[in-house]
Amino acid sequence: MNGVAVQLQGCAKTYPNGTRALDPVILDVARGETLVFLGPSGCGKTTLLRIIAGLEQPDAGGRVLFNGADVTAVPIERRNVGMVFQSYALFPNMNVADNIGYGMKIRGVDRAERRARIAELVALTGIEGLENRRIDQLSGGQRQRVALARAVAVRPSVLLLDEPLTALDAGLRERLRGELDRLLRMLGITTVYVTHDQAEAMALGDRVVVMRNGAIAQIGRPRDIYFAPASRFVAEFIGAANILEGDYADGVLNLSGGKLPVDCGAPAGAVIAIIRPESIGVVAPDQAALCGRVDSVSFIGARQRLSVSGAVDKAVLVDAPNAIEIKAGDRIGLRIDPGAVRLLPRDRS
Amino acid sequence: MRGRMLFAVQLLFTLLVAAFLIVPALLSMLAGVTVNYFRGIRSGLTLQWVAQVFELYPDTIGRSFLIAAAALVVTLLVGVPAAYALHVRGGRLARAIEEIITLPLAIPGLAIALALLLTYGGFGDFRRSWLFILAGHVVFTMPFMVRSVMAVFAAIDVKTLDEGAASLGASPLTRFLNVIVPNAKPGIIAGSLMVVTLSLGEFNLTWMLHTPLTKTLPVGLADSYASMRLEVASAYTLVFFVMIIPLLVAMQLFADRGAGRGARR
Repeated sequence: MNGVAVQLQGCAKTYPNGTRALDPVILDVARGETLVFLGPSGCGKTTLLRIIAGLEQPDAGGRVLFNGADVTAVPIERRNVGMVFQSYALFPNMNVADNIGYGMKIRGVDRAERRARIAELVALTGIEGLENRRIDQLSGGQRQRVALARAVAVRPSVLLLDEPLTALDAGLRERLRGELDRLLRMLGITTVYVTHDQAEAMALGDRVVVMRNGAIAQIGRPRDIYFAPASRFVAEFIGAANILEGDYADGVLNLSGGKLPVDCGAPAGAVIAIIRPESIGVVAPDQAALCGRVDSVSFIGARQRLSVSGAVDKAVLVDAPNAIEIKAGDRIGLRIDPGAVRLLPRDRS
Repeated sequence: MRGRMLFAVQLLFTLLVAAFLIVPALLSMLAGVTVNYFRGIRSGLTLQWVAQVFELYPDTIGRSFLIAAAALVVTLLVGVPAAYALHVRGGRLARAIEEIITLPLAIPGLAIALALLLTYGGFGDFRRSWLFILAGHVVFTMPFMVRSVMAVFAAIDVKTLDEGAASLGASPLTRFLNVIVPNAKPGIIAGSLMVVTLSLGEFNLTWMLHTPLTKTLPVGLADSYASMRLEVASAYTLVFFVMIIPLLVAMQLFADRGAGRGARR
């Protein structure tokens, strides 16, 4: 484990024009943990990252602590953070090696040691042979790697990444995501990662902080957030979800199309039920409590996604195995595992 | 056939326009090396008038270069950080300051000179020294430095570069010198050439601000036209021309290189 534990105490951010970017946030990042801020644009995730970095000051009363020491008033250049920007912010006036070595040069690390560390990082990020290239001679993926190497070269207390993969195209993004994950595990450094891509957040985060409108909507392990979303917003933002309105009493959920036995307890009353498409099975119509007609089938190889109407008051998404022959117009039954339904009181959503 | 005709006509027209512009310049320079302009080239060629210029006006040439160099130093030291601050700070105030800096371009040099005279004319030592002219030149050339540096800043997202350097531990001064200035170099060089050329050629303002002991080259030129033989004045023009042309060529070369680099990105 490397790096420091980061604590945010009541960090809010209001811009001079009165816009509230962030409600007071309380958050602990454990030493060596990878924490991902996830949310749509404008949710305050980047502001929060910049507060940790020292590029923004929280409103009066907010405090940032590194290993318990208050660093709120410490400017970024003395916080010993490593940062990867969305645009990478590589210095065009320096070559790759000088970019990676810049932080060490500032810290007065001698030439030989610097060169050794640069070689180590170049190998680690897989950019051998590019040391003497100018920045404008690099591809997007190569720039991303240089930016990462430069950020970790100084062995920072905390590594901060602001949408580091967003500028890349989809295929490369997926590959680099895997590499980044391996690298972060290996370095074991405290990492805060900002993204609007939920797949990225789930793949990389030990914990994910889902944000909305300047506030934290939910914090948890990727699994918890996926299987037990705390609100309708989280359920809709992470993966695909069917969100159905109904009434719950004594282990039975009353939907407009029928009754469903449900395992999870909830106070009786008006609820929303969150059901993931992959936890709905396709069966013969006479064997199911809910049945409907297939509106559309999109076959995506590993599975096929159906849109089924008539079962409840709105279309239900179902992920069916790829082997079953189904076509639009078919009448099917829906079998829903009682353990896979998550209920939330309707007023809380 | 018709295409070649058209080309020939266009070429002729272009040559005529060029000749219209170039012939007077050539004649003027030729006058500077002619023994007697009124008798024309037949009277023979000579460098005596050029020599006379260096005899009569050596101080104006030296002073012009001194003022241009000093104006360059001042606009660099003040203009580059100012451009950086204006760019990073942004907002309405920065816009207003930028406009104010640019204002001297729109105001006649005479008016600026008058304002300087009214305000500082009473400070005798300052009024009588070349520094008074320098002040005028700095006011006049500053917008060119600030603007050309700001244009580069706008093109390279200098704010994020600055934040990048800060995140790596560089203090504000260090990152200004290591990252901001090197990346603003195209703008700084373009601005510098502009400042030097404009300062060397400035007449309006300088004519109002000069004293008999602080003449610059263009003021001396006006003086020689008014009071010397035409050949001397022409020779003076020739000297000025020989000095300014390399600067203009350098400026153009640099602009081309900058454009080339921009295209490659």
